[in-house]
Amino acid sequence: MGNVAEVIVFLISGAIVLGGGLGVILNRNPVHAALSLIASFFGVAVLFISQEAHFLAFVQVVVYGGAIVVLFLFVIMLLGVDRAEQVRVEQLSMQRPLAIVTGVMLFGLAMGGLFLSGPGGEEGAVAATGQQSAMVPIDETEPNVRQLGLDLFTRNVLAFEATAILLTIATVGAVVLVRNEGAEDLVVDEPGTSIG
Amino acid sequence: MEVTEAWYLILSAMLFALGATGLMIRRNPLVMFMCVELMLNAVNISFVAFSKMYDDLAGQSAVFFVLVVAAAEVVVGLSIVVALLRRRPTATADDLVELRG
Repeated sequence: MGNVAEVIVFLISGAIVLGGGLGVILNRNPVHAALSLIASFFGVAVLFISQEAHFLAFVQVVVYGGAIVVLFLFVIMLLGVDRAEQVRVEQLSMQRPLAIVTGVMLFGLAMGGLFLSGPGGEEGAVAATGQQSAMVPIDETEPNVRQLGLDLFTRNVLAFEATAILLTIATVGAVVLVRNEGAEDLVVDEPGTSIG
Repeated sequence: MEVTEAWYLILSAMLFALGATGLMIRRNPLVMFMCVELMLNAVNISFVAFSKMYDDLAGQSAVFFVLVVAAAEVVVGLSIVVALLRRRPTATADDLVELRG
């Protein structure tokens, strides 16, 4: 009974993930593409839950479904590009068929890498080093959040600090990039320096 | 019938190929960024699947870092797109060459 439910959950959320992905590609309107992206992210969150990665599912909804897509929508609305793509002509001949062929080949490559190369399953876990490769074994009795937090703040603490620096640099970089160069924001009352 | 990790890996490969195809087909820089996000999510799915398969939490930590890098990438990428679209609202990815200098 549990297996059947698992299969149904997987099939439905998998369909949502792929359907959302198709929606991103096929919708001409960027706003609709962003909404399809949300659907896809939510499907991925459900897949995370069914694999017992509860914290990641939560973060997936908050960060991806919330922050990132809202950022996309914000930019779309701010710039007023929320209309269908106007450039219908392909600037490279054969671009679309070639892109689809390349995508199918990428899929085949991933499949080959997953299922043709070396032992899979239990054997794959011990293929490289001759022993179970778990660096941080999952403890089923502990909550997922607690384990992930312990791992982040002990084994990965340096990388965690580095992400803090990375986010700061990204924020500063964004401010520098979108700064309105040439427009003197602070001297608006001087005649002749209209910022339009 | 049982959901094995292989199912998740196949789904992940399909989503990755879908995102890559979209990245090559679409010309709107915003939608191209969304396709990059799709590819990152495909990788996240396979990270979590491998984490379950090998009973190893390191895969889930990796997803956390992918998430942070994705957020940073979107912030910087969207600000470049804003700088581009401010000049010409109908710009495509080819017009990024205008930002030179």
